[in-house]
Amino acid sequence: MDYLTGELSPDVQEPFERHLSRCENCHTYLAQYRATVEAGRAAFADLDSEVPEDVPDDLIRAILASRK
Amino acid sequence: MMSDVPSSSAVTDDAELLARLRSGEDAAYEVLVRTYSGRLLAVTRRILRSEDDARETVHEAFIQAFRHLSQFEGQALVSTWLHRIAVNTALMKLRRRRRKPEEPIDPLLPKYQDDGHHVEHFTAWEEPVDQAVAHRETQATVRACIDQLPESYRTVLLLRDIEQVATAEAAGILGISENAVKMRLHRARQALRTLLDPHFRGGFQ
Repeated sequence: MDYLTGELSPDVQEPFERHLSRCENCHTYLAQYRATVEAGRAAFADLDSEVPEDVPDDLIRAILASRK
Repeated sequence: MMSDVPSSSAVTDDAELLARLRSGEDAAYEVLVRTYSGRLLAVTRRILRSEDDARETVHEAFIQAFRHLSQFEGQALVSTWLHRIAVNTALMKLRRRRRKPEEPIDPLLPKYQDDGHHVEHFTAWEEPVDQAVAHRETQATVRACIDQLPESYRTVLLLRDIEQVATAEAAGILGISENAVKMRLHRARQALRTLLDPHFRGGFQ
């Protein structure tokens, strides 16, 4: 995870990248790890853009009544 | 999702709304609740996965917000401020609700050989993920996989990757160290990859 956020020190990062360029299995895994993060974000994106309009009116009235 | 960098028009709108709220104007309270309750309900539904708890938490979050209105200094957007209150309130409810011990995450984590290589051979996913997640069915599948994560890992993944809460803030909310947040997030993503693998491997179409 430190590699993805650019937090690896150069003396660790360089051998890590060298290994990645040669090891297909690690390369595939890292690609899938990145894709997983992207998939998680995208899975909720549509729900966020559609602000639910189904907030029940009695909930809104109850919230407003609570400040009295 | 929600930016901490307010646009100038949002700041003007927020400042005006805050002034009206602080003067106790009923209509301003109604604007606040009607504008933001939907978004907060979406957040609390995600975290709590129970409609009743989600609604109750939105109610509690607004009560908190009303109570602390005088302390809100307008450095963040009203939307960001309310979002944080809703996340906190939902997590408190989650903590109260948790009764049974959660499943271990280990079976979902990759296994390593002595030389540090993965035991498993990974097969590349067929369809690019950005295309796959454009479909609603795929999004629902991903959400269902997130729901299968053990609760403490699901919570960190939601906070960091979905709600975009910073590591330090997530650590504060959960009462754990920043390193523990990072470790849990990493494991949660690894476990989610394992759960997504059978779905993405053959392509979704």
